[in-house]
Amino acid sequence: MWNLLQIELFKIFKKPRTYLAFAVIAAFIFLIQLGLYVNGKDWMMFMLGSLDETMVVDYNKLVNGYAVCFFVLNLLLVHVPILVALVAGDVVSGEASMGTLRLLAAKPVSRTSIILSKYFATAVYVFALLIWIAVISLLVSLAVFGKNDLIVAKTSGLQLIESSDVLWRYFCAFAFAFIAMMVVAAISLLLSTLSDNSIGPIVATVGIIIVCTLVSEMEIPIYQKYIRPYLFTTYMLGWKGFFYIGSTADGETIKGSIEYLPGIIKSLVALLVYIVALVSSSVFIFRKKDILS
Amino acid sequence: MPAIIKVNNLSKKFKKINAVDGLSFTVQEGDVYGFLGQNGAGKSTTIRMLLTLVKPTAGDISIFGKNLFTHRGEILKDIGAIIEKPDLYKYLTAFENLALFAKISGIKAEKSFLMDHLKMVELDERAHDKVHTFSQGMKQRLGIAVALVHNPKLIILDEPTNGLDPQGIADMRTLILKLSRQMGKTILVSSHLLSEIELVANKMLIIHKGRKMIEGKVAELLDPSKSVVYIETLNDEKARQVIIESSWQRYLQPGAKGILLKMDKEQIPVLISYLSQLDIGILAVKPTHSLEDYFISLTTPNNYVESSAN
Repeated sequence: MWNLLQIELFKIFKKPRTYLAFAVIAAFIFLIQLGLYVNGKDWMMFMLGSLDETMVVDYNKLVNGYAVCFFVLNLLLVHVPILVALVAGDVVSGEASMGTLRLLAAKPVSRTSIILSKYFATAVYVFALLIWIAVISLLVSLAVFGKNDLIVAKTSGLQLIESSDVLWRYFCAFAFAFIAMMVVAAISLLLSTLSDNSIGPIVATVGIIIVCTLVSEMEIPIYQKYIRPYLFTTYMLGWKGFFYIGSTADGETIKGSIEYLPGIIKSLVALLVYIVALVSSSVFIFRKKDILS
Repeated sequence: MPAIIKVNNLSKKFKKINAVDGLSFTVQEGDVYGFLGQNGAGKSTTIRMLLTLVKPTAGDISIFGKNLFTHRGEILKDIGAIIEKPDLYKYLTAFENLALFAKISGIKAEKSFLMDHLKMVELDERAHDKVHTFSQGMKQRLGIAVALVHNPKLIILDEPTNGLDPQGIADMRTLILKLSRQMGKTILVSSHLLSEIELVANKMLIIHKGRKMIEGKVAELLDPSKSVVYIETLNDEKARQVIIESSWQRYLQPGAKGILLKMDKEQIPVLISYLSQLDIGILAVKPTHSLEDYFISLTTPNNYVESSAN
């Protein structure tokens, strides 16, 4: 298994396509950072509206590394699944279309270990992608914009998280995002085992994400009651929960707390169930599959 | 010689199509076993079943004396294969491809060992070039290196000359003979071209529509003192029955379409006379001499008669 995992990683990181995602992310984050560097204060004033009419606000301090990273994650984590699908959708079907799958499957390794090694290799790729996002969006933003308190908008209003209480929330958010992206990878893997060309699984994964996201977001009672609880997209944005800080009865925020931890745990469990179900299905299908490509 | 491959009553059905239908054959140690059939005859499906890529609908396969499905990993360690065209990772170099497959095969190969293998197939000078820059012949040679890197006892080559130029075909033939004679490998090689099998194999099996037509030693099938005769009568069913019930039965070729017999040339008029005496009208008698004729007559008897008549 370890041998296979090394081989799969070697193949993934030898493909030029793999680095496309890293380049796209870097370019995207750089554009946001540049925009906020030039017009960050205006943007923050626009976001906070008439807040300065009720209190003294130093907008320059609010546009800091943590805020920039939060803004980047809100925009970017919706699109990262496409980049994950680009690699994960290709792991089996790409080999089938290239004709190497039959060579691989005729070797003295079990089909289960082939699929699992491909999934674990994809996990390493997703992990590297998120580390890359973290480095560029968090570390570079902190270096450029400095460190200060983070202001977060909730439906109930705004809340300020002290600078010293922010970093661990990012670690947790990235860890959660990793699990969420692994669901996307698992969907792509499953579709990849069903197809003999790479484009189909990639497009289908993106299509599924778009449709599920739309259904999750629609404020239609029948969808919200009967469909939304079963969609993985309902749980994918659970990382935001780490930035909703708990508060006392009189409205004082509690440092180091999370407003609704059970909600995050529930989301994590749902995503893990999805991963187990999807990967098990992939293994089952691949073990039964006649390799004719 | 011990049996290396033993296939018993193997079948594979894809929906309503019988790709392979009750196929049985045995490949013995040291054989270069030609597996012959037209395109779509079921050769590749059979080979894929031997490599566990396709699951049989029925039948047994044992390789090296062990059941393939219960000892899969153990058996596949000793098999090297090229399945149709040798598709490799195009974005990797020849060396990287070879190293990768050596590793999957459980070989801890030194650089020099891999380079020796590339030298064997005359690719050492292109070792660090990406495969997408290679010609079909070079890819085929690299495929051979990949198939041999773990020193397998059994080599399975599915249409190894497909897409090769005449020089490439000649090189492949030389390589097969070298692997068999100098390295003692057992080889199963499939082709739709009889001329290829004729030149390299010592035994052969002809398959048509998934069924075995004939199996035997190539030298015997090519024996110039024997003729293979295709006989067309007014009532083939009756003629076949008469032959089966007589001493001529031993000359009848099993599985063949129509009435196909292999016998001494001198016996042909005697058989014709025998059938005539039983009021079986003879429409055509065509002795065939080359293996090519034999192959065509086995797989397409009607076409054969028509072309003979013309």
